[in-house]
Amino acid sequence: MQIRHAWRVLQRHWTVYTKLYKSSFALNFIEPVLYLVAMGMGLGVFVQEINGQPYVKFIGPGIIASSAMFAAVYECTYGTYIRMTFQKTFDAILATPVNIDDLTAAELIWGAAKSVIYGITIMIVVALFGLVDSPLLLLAIPFIFLCGLIFAEVSMITTALVPGIDSFSYFYTLFMTPLFLFSGIFFPVEALPRAVAGIAWFTPLYHLVAICRAFAAGHITHVIGSMVWIVIVAAALAPVPFRLMRRRVIQ
Amino acid sequence: MAIVTAQGLVKAYGIVKAVNGIGFAIEPGECFGFLGPNGAGKTTVMRIISCFLPPTSGTVTVFGMDVTREPSDIKARMGLMPQEDNLDPDLSVFENLIVYARYFDIPRKKAVPLVNELLDYVELGDRGTMNIKELSGGMKRRLLLARSLVNSPEILILDEPTTGLDPHSRRAAWDKLNQLKFRNTTLLLTTHYMEEAERLCDRVAIMDSGHIVATDTPQNLMQLHGGNLEDVYLKLTGRNLAD
Repeated sequence: MQIRHAWRVLQRHWTVYTKLYKSSFALNFIEPVLYLVAMGMGLGVFVQEINGQPYVKFIGPGIIASSAMFAAVYECTYGTYIRMTFQKTFDAILATPVNIDDLTAAELIWGAAKSVIYGITIMIVVALFGLVDSPLLLLAIPFIFLCGLIFAEVSMITTALVPGIDSFSYFYTLFMTPLFLFSGIFFPVEALPRAVAGIAWFTPLYHLVAICRAFAAGHITHVIGSMVWIVIVAAALAPVPFRLMRRRVIQ
Repeated sequence: MAIVTAQGLVKAYGIVKAVNGIGFAIEPGECFGFLGPNGAGKTTVMRIISCFLPPTSGTVTVFGMDVTREPSDIKARMGLMPQEDNLDPDLSVFENLIVYARYFDIPRKKAVPLVNELLDYVELGDRGTMNIKELSGGMKRRLLLARSLVNSPEILILDEPTTGLDPHSRRAAWDKLNQLKFRNTTLLLTTHYMEEAERLCDRVAIMDSGHIVATDTPQNLMQLHGGNLEDVYLKLTGRNLAD
């Protein structure tokens, strides 16, 4: 892998993004706001305080985490798949000094970068709603990047394996939706039966939600375990998408 | 010294051998054509030479470097015009070439005049701001040709460069390729058009079922086997049709 070559591909993605972002940016932005208003302000009226916090304040940081997750996942499932197959962008790029590992690295980093772009955007929104107590929340950004990388890795693994674009429905229904619902965004997972709550610990979103929530409240030391979890898993998963994309693209 | 060499080249998919033990040497400055029916293995050979596919066995070198060991250095000096349109639909005509130049580390200051020159060369100078989907098939082919020249390649690989073009566009493409030959660019092409091979190629290799059945100048092949190049082609590759 050569960093300069990966950088060239990232520049391509940035060029395209800055050209087209107006058409997709609003979508990623409106949905979290809808959740905040409907769940936080609507449902929240009927919900008691959680850990001493009003309900809307409880879910705010979780919405930051889930927005970051969806940004990376959309990019590295549909985005990567379309570039790889229908648009044949990969073929065009691979005819230049860029090789497949450079390309895979760029796709992963771009997915993580999208997590940061949307994570920060929603962070601003949540702050404007008055739901952030501590500026320490800014320190969550590196973890949004690393957790975005985990989501990019999982998505690229899926992209390298799916027979067709329709298969992503399984990934979204069986993986993304449960993560979104059971990672402690809308209620503490401790409310679930112990065995079910235990599963959450093995999923990335649970840890990012915990980090965002703790940082927004100004407590960093509470979530050291989650920080370590994210660093280790991001590093451990990394070789897999490279191997699978090599197999998928080079036949 | 040969600019491209292949020895004992095999590419197998499971038990099917798309390329089955071929060898050739292409000299600098020549135009070398691969002819053969669909499925003969021409495109596979092109993809191996362009460092996209690793050979199953055998060695392929370009500029004296092994395609599996130094792909980036080889590709930096090579141009590739693919069979299918893989232009970037998210970018304009001009941006397509600018972004492509970046992959070759050409700084923007140099890239802008270069891209304008290339767009003029393929007669798309006034189309720079157009979207890719607004281009006709012929314009897309021309833009692909311009893109493949961005890095001033020493060798240009063209996979069926004129398939699907109308007769005027085809003649225009031949003129461009002849100009490149005069500039001493080595050309390597696949084609189904015998007229194209006769007009452009100094030497041709006729492929059938993963083998090269003949390599020679079109003139020698016609003398040896009689008739025009199409007759030679049909004679050497005909047995599959009888199956």
